[in-house]
Amino acid sequence: MSRTAARAPLLEVVDLVRHFPVRNAFGRRTGWLRAVDGVTLSVWPGETLGLVGESGCGKTTFGKTVMGIHAPTAGEIRFLGREIGRLPKGERRRIAKDLQYVYQDPGASLDPRWKIVHSLHEPLIIHTRLGRAEREAEVQAILRAVGLRDTHLHLYPHELSGGQQRRVGLARILTLRPRLVILDEPTSGLDVSVQASVLKLFRQLQSEFALTYLFISHDLAVVRTMCQRLAVMYLGKIVELGETRAVFAGPRHPYTQSLLAAVPRIGGPRVTQEFALEGEPPNPRDVPSGCRFRTRCPLAKDVCAAEEPPLRDVGGRHVACHFA
Amino acid sequence: MAELLSVRRLEVSFVTEQGVARVLDRISLDIAPGEVVGLVGESGCGKTTLARAILGILPAAGQIHGGEIVLKGRDLLREDPGVINDHVRGRAITFIPQDPFSSFNPLFSVGTQIMDLMKWKSPRRARGNESTRTGSTLWPALLRGYPRARHRADLAAVLDVVRGVQIPEPAQALGRLPHEFSGGQRQRLMIAMALLPSPDLIIADEPTTALDVTIQAQILRLLRQLVKDRGVSVLFTTHDLGVAHEICDRIVVMYAGQEMEAAPTDAFFRRPAHPYTRRLLDSLPSPDAEIRDIPGEVPSLIDPPSGCRFHPRCDDATAECHTSLPPARAVGDEHDVRCHHPLDAPVETGA
Repeated sequence: MSRTAARAPLLEVVDLVRHFPVRNAFGRRTGWLRAVDGVTLSVWPGETLGLVGESGCGKTTFGKTVMGIHAPTAGEIRFLGREIGRLPKGERRRIAKDLQYVYQDPGASLDPRWKIVHSLHEPLIIHTRLGRAEREAEVQAILRAVGLRDTHLHLYPHELSGGQQRRVGLARILTLRPRLVILDEPTSGLDVSVQASVLKLFRQLQSEFALTYLFISHDLAVVRTMCQRLAVMYLGKIVELGETRAVFAGPRHPYTQSLLAAVPRIGGPRVTQEFALEGEPPNPRDVPSGCRFRTRCPLAKDVCAAEEPPLRDVGGRHVACHFA
Repeated sequence: MAELLSVRRLEVSFVTEQGVARVLDRISLDIAPGEVVGLVGESGCGKTTLARAILGILPAAGQIHGGEIVLKGRDLLREDPGVINDHVRGRAITFIPQDPFSSFNPLFSVGTQIMDLMKWKSPRRARGNESTRTGSTLWPALLRGYPRARHRADLAAVLDVVRGVQIPEPAQALGRLPHEFSGGQRQRLMIAMALLPSPDLIIADEPTTALDVTIQAQILRLLRQLVKDRGVSVLFTTHDLGVAHEICDRIVVMYAGQEMEAAPTDAFFRRPAHPYTRRLLDSLPSPDAEIRDIPGEVPSLIDPPSGCRFHPRCDDATAECHTSLPPARAVGDEHDVRCHHPLDAPVETGA
C-alpha cells in the first residue's frame, strides 16, 4: 500500500471525457449526454481502487472507455506509461492482453453455444502462439485457480450457476495473465454467501497473479471490504477520492455522506428512518450549472450554482465541494 | 396474538424435466395484524414460491400437496376461486413486484392502469350487486361498466394516495406514460397501487433490489411509514439482510424450502440461534476486511437432503439431523428455531 515516488501508476487517466450524442427521431443531434465529464485518477500497481456511484453516474462508461470499448471524446488514458486512448486497432488489441475487463453479467457475456472449454481457449488463440497442448495445460491451471473442476469444461454456460459463471468469466481473462483487471459490478445479482466466496476468490487471485483491480460497484459494503482506495462518482465527475478507511470514517463531500448514510447497517437503529437526501439524480443530458450535486445538496448556497468546485486536496483526500 | 395470516405445514412441488422438485417443505409462517415480516433467504430457497402460493398465483407446474393458508380464520386453499378473486387476491392481499420497469404496460398512461385496477379492486366496490360469487362471470361483468359515482370517489382516493407516495403533481402524473417516470417513482406508484384496495396484507417481493441505495432508503422509509399509518401487514421478501433490518418487525429465514428461524428483528441480529443464520450473517461484507463464505452449495430440490436440509453444510450436524426435520422450538420471546442443536451465544458486537 505504501506508494513511493519512484513507482509509476499502472493506469493514469487525465481529464477523461466521454459524451454521447442524443439524437431525435430524424437522426439530428439535439444534445449531448455527458456520461463521463472530466475524470482524473491513477491506479497504482497491486492496489484495488473502488469506483462507486449510483446507476447512471458514468462508472461503467468510464470503465469501458478505459478498456477501449468507447473512444474517449477528450482526455488521456496512459497505461504502463503509454497513451492508449487513440491507438490504431491492431496496436490497441495488443494492449488488451494486459488490460482486461470483466463484464457485469457473465452469463450474457459467454457465448451460449460454446462449451466452457472453447470459451477458455479463445483468448489464448487470439493473443498467444501457444500450441494446443500448451493451451490445454494453461487452461487446466487457471481452472484450478478459480476453483472449477474439469467436468465443468464440457458444459454450456446455461448449465452453470451464477457464481460458477463468474468464475468462468474470470478464468477467461486470467489465461492472458493481465496486469490490470476492470471488474464491472462483479457481485451484482449474487446471494451474500456466493458473493462472499467470489470476493474471496478475487483476493486470492490478486495475490496469486499480482493483479491490480479497478473495482466498479454500487455496493458500498463490498467496496469497503475489497478496496484500499475509493473514488465516488456523481453525474460523470469524481466528487471524492481517498483511502477507503478514511472516507468511511469521515466522508467530506455531502454526496458521499448521504450515500454512506443510505446503506442499511445491521445491529443498530434503522438508518433509513432518518435518511435525509431527497430527489433523484438529474438527467445527465441536462447537467445543473456549477456543482452537479447542488440540486439535492443540503448545504447548497449561491456559489454552488455559479462555480463548479474543482477536485482539491483536503487533508490527504480529494474532494470537489466548496465547503469541504 | 390473533394472527392475520398463518401458513401451516405448506408443501409445494414443481414438476420439472429432471423430476419433481419439492420447493416448499412443510413450511409454517405467521403474520400478525400491522406487522412487517421479512422473509429472508438466498435465491432458489422458495421465497417467491411462498409469496405466490399465498396469492394463489402459482404457475401451472406448481402443485400444493398439503398444509393450509389461513387468512382471518378462512383457509384460502379450500375457498371458492370466485370468492378468492373478488375478495382476497388484489383486495385483502395485494402485491408489490420486484421490477418496477416491466410491471407497467408501456402503452397506457399510468392513470388508466391505476383506474383499471380500481374498477375491479376498489374498496368501494359493492359486494352484492356488482360481483357474483362464481368466477366465470367475467364478460357480463365487463358489460356492467364502471358506475360514475364510484369512479369519482375512486379517482379522489387515487389522487390522495399518489400524493401520499410523494409523486409531485398527481393529477398531471396520472396522464403520463410509465417511461416518463424514473425507477424510484415507478416503485412509488406500485406502492400506491398496492395500498389503494385497502388491503390487510401487502406482499412485497424484493421491491428495492432494482434501485440505488439512496432511492432504496427513500422507498423503505416511505413504505414503512405508510403501512404503519394504515395498520397494514407486510410480507417483505428479500435476500438483503440489511434491508430486512431496516423495515421489518420480525424476520423469518428460509433455506431450501424450509423455514429455519423466526425472531423479532432485534433478537434475530443479536442472538441468531440457527447455524445457517449465523453463517449468513457472517458472510456479509464486513469492515474488518475478512471474508467468510458458507462452504458447500445450495442443495438440489429434486433430491433434497433428508431431515434438516442444511445438515450437509452444517458444522454441528449429527445423525439426528440426517433423519428428522427438527421441530420448531422456542429459544426466546417469539423466537423460534428449527434446529436440533441451536446456538445460544450472542454475536459479538462487530459492525
